[in-house]
Amino acid sequence: MVSLIWLFLIGSGIIYSFFTGNMAFINNEILNSAEEAINLVLTMIPVLLLWMGVMNIADKSGLLDLFAKLLSPFLSKLFTSLKKDSKALGYVASNIACNVLGLGSVATPFGLKAMQEMQKENPKKDEASEAMITFLVLNTAGVTIIPTTVIALRNSYGSISSTAIIIPSIIGTAISSIAGLTLDYIIRSRKK
Amino acid sequence: MNYIIPLTILGIIIYGTYKKVNTYDLFLDGAKEGITTIFNILPSILAMVFAVNIFLKSGVLYYLLSFLEPILRANNLSLEILAMAFLRPISGSASLAILNSIYSIYGVDSFMGFLASVMEGSTDTTVYVLALYFGSIKVTKIKYALKVGLFADLCGIVAAFIISLIFFN
Repeated sequence: MVSLIWLFLIGSGIIYSFFTGNMAFINNEILNSAEEAINLVLTMIPVLLLWMGVMNIADKSGLLDLFAKLLSPFLSKLFTSLKKDSKALGYVASNIACNVLGLGSVATPFGLKAMQEMQKENPKKDEASEAMITFLVLNTAGVTIIPTTVIALRNSYGSISSTAIIIPSIIGTAISSIAGLTLDYIIRSRKK
Repeated sequence: MNYIIPLTILGIIIYGTYKKVNTYDLFLDGAKEGITTIFNILPSILAMVFAVNIFLKSGVLYYLLSFLEPILRANNLSLEILAMAFLRPISGSASLAILNSIYSIYGVDSFMGFLASVMEGSTDTTVYVLALYFGSIKVTKIKYALKVGLFADLCGIVAAFIISLIFFN
């Protein structure tokens, strides 16, 4: 599936440039994009390493288990295929908490750890498990209460009410999350 | 919001000390593990940035969508809004770039500015999230994940439009 998207993005872009005579420009873009990707990863490194370190303390001291236990009644309903005491649930809980608060960059390391833990319980290592997909649906729907980036950008444009979009965004994100989780649930129950 | 991160870090370190684990060594171990994670996600990010850049910079998206322009015009919407709806699931930086240009063309407090803001806040970049998270654990068969993710995005974008009509004054 990813291969198909990849082919579509690259194929349509290059073929269209060929017909519009934009080849020299695209040639440059190909070389620039590698640099851009490395820069993107480089900017992520400090936060990622810092939080991976702090989270390791939370993990080994048992704090994460405690957190997961608190949220498990809710999460185990969503993640039926995971073990009840799975460490992944703790990371999932932390990831959701950060996303809700609009701390996207802090949420990513938690999400990556959650995926690693789910992979340990996954029987086919190259295939996505049900729990992983449910988790990513929650992530891609963008559960967030405070869209910090948008508010910041609105402010910089001198908006008279930069925060007026908070309530509409919460309703929007709730609708897309519920829609995603519902479809995920339907597909899962149909497979059984 | 400023106190959340510092207090979380403090709380975790105090709890670790209370539980008598070696907090400093654990931090170093965790950070070391982070380096491995970075190396695992780098190829998938490179692959996606590369493809998205070619797609966007070639202008093919505007070409593909241009036949819809009359319909959009009739409803007082612009091609930028539609481009944003298509790009939001693909690339966070691309949709942010379009949001930026919508603000400067139509004004941040216009209906177009409002709608674009709600759209940006209502969904997240599905393709990027899937590439990042599945890439980090080397999962290549993602089954129905993309379908569900894009469906959620579509609902979010339609919802953003309806909500904006209700809330915007």
